[in-house]
Amino acid sequence: MIFLDFEKPLENLYEQLEKIRQVGEQGDIDVSEMVQELEDKITNQRKEIYANLTGWQKVQLSRHPERPYTLYYIRHMCDTFVELHGDRRFKDDKAIVGGLGSLGGQNVVLIGHQKGVNTKMRQYRNFGMANPEGYRKALRLMKLAERFGHPIVCLIDTPGAYPGIEAEERGQAEAIARNLIEMAQLRVPVICVVIGEGASGGAIGIGLGDSVYMLENTWYSVISPESCSSILWRSWDYKAQAAEALKLTPDHMLEFGLIDGILQEPVGGAHAQPEEMAKLLQRHLQKTIAEFQDMDPDARIARRIDKYSKMGHYAAKPVTVAQPEEEK
Amino acid sequence: MGWFKRLKDGIITSTKDKKEAPDGLWYKCQRCKAASTLKEVRENFHKCTRCNYHIRIGSHDYFDLLFDGEYTEIATDIQSEDFLEFTDLKPYKDRLEAARKKTDLDDALSVAIGTVEEKPLVVAAMDFSFIGGSMGSVVGEKIARAIDYALTERTPLMIISKSGGARMMESAFSLMQMAKTSAKLSQLAKAGVPYFSFMTDPTTGGVTASFAMLGDINFAEPEALIGFAGPRVIKETIKKDLPEGFQTSEFLLDHGFLDFIVDRKDLKTRVGELLRLF
Repeated sequence: MIFLDFEKPLENLYEQLEKIRQVGEQGDIDVSEMVQELEDKITNQRKEIYANLTGWQKVQLSRHPERPYTLYYIRHMCDTFVELHGDRRFKDDKAIVGGLGSLGGQNVVLIGHQKGVNTKMRQYRNFGMANPEGYRKALRLMKLAERFGHPIVCLIDTPGAYPGIEAEERGQAEAIARNLIEMAQLRVPVICVVIGEGASGGAIGIGLGDSVYMLENTWYSVISPESCSSILWRSWDYKAQAAEALKLTPDHMLEFGLIDGILQEPVGGAHAQPEEMAKLLQRHLQKTIAEFQDMDPDARIARRIDKYSKMGHYAAKPVTVAQPEEEK
Repeated sequence: MGWFKRLKDGIITSTKDKKEAPDGLWYKCQRCKAASTLKEVRENFHKCTRCNYHIRIGSHDYFDLLFDGEYTEIATDIQSEDFLEFTDLKPYKDRLEAARKKTDLDDALSVAIGTVEEKPLVVAAMDFSFIGGSMGSVVGEKIARAIDYALTERTPLMIISKSGGARMMESAFSLMQMAKTSAKLSQLAKAGVPYFSFMTDPTTGGVTASFAMLGDINFAEPEALIGFAGPRVIKETIKKDLPEGFQTSEFLLDHGFLDFIVDRKDLKTRVGELLRLF
């Protein structure tokens, strides 16, 4: 088990529990009562810690190395899944995966950012940072879904689109922009869920949909707290402050009307009970797909565009009264 | 015979090496350091008279360059608000106030309607001087309103981009403006109303990755910086020096993301030609 810095009290309790268990195994003392007591303590402590997470702690949780990624969810949710590769233009991006799947008997196209589970795979997946071909692969699959009337599921989990020379040469900005304008007009339901990190253009590049939910321990923002700290505070040391200032938690996002809802995670986070999390996610997706599927496509598109058109917060400009000119 | 002897004949500091130029009368080119009078620069379409460097100008300068004469500003009744109470080294509220005072503008984008070579056009132009031309809720809403006007009147739309990207102090609100402006542009595309995207120095980040790259025609001023990630971020990521001319207009034209590059002096003529061809 990997403990984050704010989970230290839990780590101590787990160590105690382990010691007592060893004592129980070695001797004839009955430790079951003490074990029970400690386990209760752990449950309560965990609830307490997780009930009051700060923005920065949510960021840390969203990056927990044991957190399930897109392919984990897909494999646990789908009866059948065939992964499809390539953008048909340049190459196959490993940081965005996608394919055809069956979700409780419903054929869908699933797309998502993919991070690696160990050092080697993290490099292979480019840490979940897609190049333009990733976004173009996603669009190709979305168009495929539209052609065959399949709802689209997008799972978002990226620290950002990759900032590299080749990415710029091949039009990172154009690829993301194209996805946005095309996703606005897709004639099938588009259901998005932020399952980890929702950083900036790289996230929204597959994130414009009829329904956008966030898992409880995730974040969504225009910039990562680290980069924000480096630009606005001119130092990397203010990431916790930046995370608070950016108001990037699911609660804030829902309050602002920028997402449609929050999906609760099991106590201790998605990584503590990944199978349970996959079940919750599947239930949510099936319910949401059913909600949007029977809608008339034109009405659904109009509703989608209308939803985004309303996003923004501004004030009325104070009316300046013209001063009457003094007579000369 | 004089008491003092001149050692070298003539004034030896050439104008271009002179340390400072007094404000108000002279313009010293940022690139070639040549000095010209402000009048000369203005008459030369706000470009350096020696090296043709395109000086960064504001939305209203572009309106003056493009429109046949009179133009009407629309969507002028809104302004940004520090809704998130965002404070870094300085509160966003203070930044907004300072920017308004400095620029005499409401925000980083203004929308005007008028005619170019007698053809009606809606122009939304950005101001870099207003918090780096960053896109927040007001910029997004003004673009949405410009698109609504273009849709109702079936008038072509031109957006002149000049921006560092999304406005961090509005966090996810500014991110969602990418989705908002793109979704609105999809309506314009569907209705068959032309959209020209004109990129000027600089056009980066969330602005490039939304409306700037979505024109029916994408074009730019010469030697403008255009990209998704900023050069500094890329350099830090890959830990290598960037090739010369990387992320310039010429680079983008070569890689197929621009239709053409236009010198500012030919801008009006070119836009007029486009309007007649649609």
